[in-house]
Amino acid sequence: MIDFQPVKILYALFSIFIIFNIGLLIQGIVRKIGARVGKRYGIRFYQPYIDLIKNYSLRTSITHGIMFYLGPVFRLTGGLGVFLFIPIIFGSVYFQNFSFSGDIILVLYFIFFGALGMALGAGEGGHPYSAIGVSRGLAQVTAAEIPLVIAIMGIAIQYQTFSVSEIVAAQQGGIANWTMITNPLLTILGMVAYLGSMMRSPFDVVLAPQEIPIGPPTEYHSTFLGILQTNRSIFPMAKTVLFVNIFFGGATNWFILIIKIFLIYMWSVFVAVVFPRFRVDQSIRWFYKYALPLGAVVIFITTLLF
Amino acid sequence: MDKKDLKKRTVTTPDGKKIEVDPMKDYFSQAKPKIHKPGKTVFEKFLDWARAESLWILGFGTGCGAIEMRPLMTPRFDAFRYGIQWRPTPRQSNVFVIAGYLSVKTLKRVIRSYEQMQGPKYVVALGSCTINGGMYWDSYNTINRLDYYLPVDIYIAGCMPRPESLLAGFEELKKLIKQGKGEGANIYAEKFDWYKNNQKQIIKDWDMPDYNW
Amino acid sequence: MKELIKRLEQNFQISNIVWQRENEVFLTVEKTDAVPLITQLNHYESFTHLVIMTAVDWLEAGKFQLTYLLNNNEIKADIGIRVLLDREKAEMKSIHHLWVTAATYQRELHEMFGIDFPGSPRVDEPFILEGWQEIPPYRRDFDTKKYSEKTYFPRPGRSTNDPQEYMKKKLYPEESE
Repeated sequence: MIDFQPVKILYALFSIFIIFNIGLLIQGIVRKIGARVGKRYGIRFYQPYIDLIKNYSLRTSITHGIMFYLGPVFRLTGGLGVFLFIPIIFGSVYFQNFSFSGDIILVLYFIFFGALGMALGAGEGGHPYSAIGVSRGLAQVTAAEIPLVIAIMGIAIQYQTFSVSEIVAAQQGGIANWTMITNPLLTILGMVAYLGSMMRSPFDVVLAPQEIPIGPPTEYHSTFLGILQTNRSIFPMAKTVLFVNIFFGGATNWFILIIKIFLIYMWSVFVAVVFPRFRVDQSIRWFYKYALPLGAVVIFITTLLF
Repeated sequence: MDKKDLKKRTVTTPDGKKIEVDPMKDYFSQAKPKIHKPGKTVFEKFLDWARAESLWILGFGTGCGAIEMRPLMTPRFDAFRYGIQWRPTPRQSNVFVIAGYLSVKTLKRVIRSYEQMQGPKYVVALGSCTINGGMYWDSYNTINRLDYYLPVDIYIAGCMPRPESLLAGFEELKKLIKQGKGEGANIYAEKFDWYKNNQKQIIKDWDMPDYNW
Repeated sequence: MKELIKRLEQNFQISNIVWQRENEVFLTVEKTDAVPLITQLNHYESFTHLVIMTAVDWLEAGKFQLTYLLNNNEIKADIGIRVLLDREKAEMKSIHHLWVTAATYQRELHEMFGIDFPGSPRVDEPFILEGWQEIPPYRRDFDTKKYSEKTYFPRPGRSTNDPQEYMKKKLYPEESE
C-alpha cells in the first residue's frame, strides 16, 4: 500500500461498473436458460436492469430505524469489499484493485461481513419471517464458511503466500499449473464451499420464496431492495473472480475472465437444477458430515505434498 | 395479536411505574399518506417505462379468481416474458390483483396489504364481482363495487376471465402506466377521507390504524 | 343396518325414519336423546366419522333442524340424525368432546343461525363475519338483498331476468305472447 496512487480509485470504480453489468447480465441469461429448459420463453435477458431501475425509482419508502438503513449498506459493503481487494486481471496495471500481500484474509472477513450486516438490518425490520430467515442464513453461511476457510488455508499452504496476486502468478504458464490440476481435491472442496454461499438450490432455503416469504429481505422495498439487488449482482461475481484467481489460474484479459466466470457460475446453476432444496438443518449437517472430513483429508494431503 | 392487546390500558413497568398505553396510537403511525407529484420530465417518462415493464404482483389470492393467476406462471402462458413477476410480500410488489369477489373479512386484509405496498402502486380488478358484485351482488358478506374502497386502475371483466384476458389486461395497464395515468396511490392519498369513510362503513370492527404504514 | 335401527329404538325415542338408500337413513330424535344417541353410535357402533353438521331454518314451523351426518367406514353406511330445536331459544348440547372438528361447525352455526352451544370452545368468537351487527344472516327472516343494497353501494343500472321467462321468450317467442 506504499505506492498508493489516487488514479487507482478510478480504475477500481470502472472495474466495479464492469463486474456489476456482468453480474446483471449473467443473472438474466441464467434465468432465461432456466426458462428455456422448462420449455418457457422466459424473462427478457435485460429484465434485471428494469427491475433495478424500477426499485430505485419508487416514490415512497419507509424505515424501521437506523440499522434498517444500514443493513443493505453493510451488505453492499461486503460485496464491494470482496471485490475491491482481489486483483481482477493478471498482469494488467489497471485492474489490480487494492490487492496487497495479505488480501485473502481480508476477503474472508468481507464474505461474512455482509451476512452480519443483513442480520442487524433484517432484525430491526421486525418481521418474524426476517428473523427466521436471518437465523437460518447465518447458520448456513457459517457451515459453508468452514470448507471455504479450509480451502483457502490449503491454498496458502500450497503456495506459501496470502497474496492473491502471487497465487495467480504461481499458476501461470498453461493449464497444467492451475490449482485445479495440481491439487484437484482442494478445488473440489472449494467448489463445494462455493455452492454453499451462492444462495442457489440446494442451499437456498434462506431466500426461497416458497419457504418463508423471501426470508431476510421481507421488509425491504424500493431503494433498500435496489441496493440489495445491486449487491446480488456484485457479490457472487466477486466470489467467482476470487475462485477464478485461486483455483483456475486467473485471467489475463476480460474475455477469458468472463468465460471463466460464466463457467464457474454455471456450476452452481447445474447443481441447482439437479438437486432439490435442503432444509437448513439438512444443509448444515451436509457441510459438517461431508465437507468438513473432506477438508481435513485435503489439508493433510496438501501439507504432505507441498 | 389478541384483540384485547389493542385496547387502551395501564401497565406497570418493571421499575414499578404505572403508565398508560394506547397501542393504536403508541405502536402505530397515524400519519396520512402524502401525495407524491409525478415529474413532467423525459426522465420521468423513462422511469414510467421501467415501472410498466417490471410489474411485481402481490401473491395474494383474494377470491376464486386467484385460480386464473396460477396458469400465468406455467409454460403455456408464461407471464414472466412480459416482465410480470410474483412477490411474496406486499413491501416489494406494485400490482395488487383483486381476484374476484371480496368478502368483508378479506377486504380488511386487502386494505392492510394495499397500504403496505410502496407507491406508485396499481390495482387490477379481476372479474365482474369487483365491478358490480357479479353473481354475489345480493350477498350479505361480499362487497359490490371495489372502486369505493381502493383506487382501481383497470378492470378485467368476465366470470372468470381466462388467463389470456388477464395478459391483455396487464398489457393495457402497461399502456396506462407509460402514459403516466397509473397514479392510483396519489388518488388514494387525495381522496383518503372518502375512501376511509367507505371502508369504515363496511368494516364494523375497525381494529387497525387508519393507514397501515 | 335394519337391526341397528331396531337396537337403537329400544333405548331412544326415534320418530320419522327415512330410508334414503339401503345404507343411508335419517332419524329424527328428541333434543335430550340426540347426544346420548350420537355417543352410542360413535363408541359402540363404529360411526367414527362426523361428515357434516348443519342446520335448516323452518321459519313457518318456528323450528331449527340440526342434522348430524355420521359415517361408518367398516360397513359403509351413513346415519343422519335430525334434531328439532325451538327457534326462539335455540340451544343445543355440544359434541366437541366426541369430535374436535365439531367445535368449528358449532362456531359457524352459532354465527350463521344464532344457535348456542354452551361449553363449545371459542363458540362466541367471530368466524367469518367480523363485527356483525344484524340478526344472524342464515336465518330466513334476514333479507340479504335489502341488506346488501343498504350497505354495499350497489352499482346502478343492473337489470335482472327471470331465467325461466327469459329462456321462454328467447326459445319460443310466439308462445310467450
